[in-house]
Amino acid sequence: MRRPPTRVVLAVVLGIALLVAGVVSHYASNSPDGLTSVAVDLGFSSSEQAAAGGPLAGYEVPGLGHPRWSGGLAGVLGCLVVLAVSTLLFRLRRPVSRAGAEDE
Amino acid sequence: MHVPDGFLDAPTSLATAGVAAAAVALALRGARRELDDRVAPLAGIIATFVFAGQMINFPVAGGTSGHLLGGAMTTVLVGPFTGLLCMTVVIVVQSLLFADGGITALGTNVVLMGVVAVVTAHLVFLAAQVLLPKRVSMVAPAAALAALASVATSAATFVLLYSVGGVVPIPFDTLLTAMLGVHLLIGAGEAVITFVVVAGIMGVRPDLVRGARGVLVSRELETRMVAA
Repeated sequence: MRRPPTRVVLAVVLGIALLVAGVVSHYASNSPDGLTSVAVDLGFSSSEQAAAGGPLAGYEVPGLGHPRWSGGLAGVLGCLVVLAVSTLLFRLRRPVSRAGAEDE
Repeated sequence: MHVPDGFLDAPTSLATAGVAAAAVALALRGARRELDDRVAPLAGIIATFVFAGQMINFPVAGGTSGHLLGGAMTTVLVGPFTGLLCMTVVIVVQSLLFADGGITALGTNVVLMGVVAVVTAHLVFLAAQVLLPKRVSMVAPAAALAALASVATSAATFVLLYSVGGVVPIPFDTLLTAMLGVHLLIGAGEAVITFVVVAGIMGVRPDLVRGARGVLVSRELETRMVAA
């Protein structure tokens, strides 16, 4: 069996991530998650302090009216930020190899 | 599983922040050994995939939902140290940009969804690889087991933290039963997603899966022996 090149595998995984964050996320369940519903059931959810907010708080882009576009764009922007930050971080952490001689 | 601000008191949040910082410092050192030519390109993409996956809440019992954590997936695919860094980037971005998970709870969330999930996943994955047959087909099931266990220990660790620094007094047993009950269901979802992703990459490029290196080496050796 022929194996697809690494960049094809990476592109497919990234494509799926963008599709999931940009499109599929619209169809995600709106029910409270496990911790939130336990907190409500057992009566300690009231101690939650309102989040300080953020540029994309609540996975919405402010000013974009339609929830599908707003949520999808927020998801894609989040993906791009995570990709940029982690790629930069991992590039910095890579051992410097010079002409066959491993550093470390 | 994202803990908001206000659930845990200040000393507990400070303590978890200290643990999280120490673990991330350790991971920054450890990741140097993991980030070779195969792992490095995949790591950023997997962090992105985990962020996207965490947006998909799937319904579990009784009006409750859950979503992928991703600790086991990252551990198996890129290694535990790099995996913890992936999880940390995702959790920090969610907290600062999306107000998902508190700011003072940042350390708590890195400990729960990062450190505890990754350490559990790593140990269970190693144990599963020792106990299960050393075959390529066993990597994804081992990852799925690690995924289920990682969600359970994350939930149990929250209960421990809450019993130490919870703002509202809740009986330990009551909270443990409630948290484990719902998170075993969420963990089953985590296991399925982790299985599908790991099996998918194993199917096309097993050499890109860091957790599969043990089985791949032994298989290559067998092939050579037969050829000779």
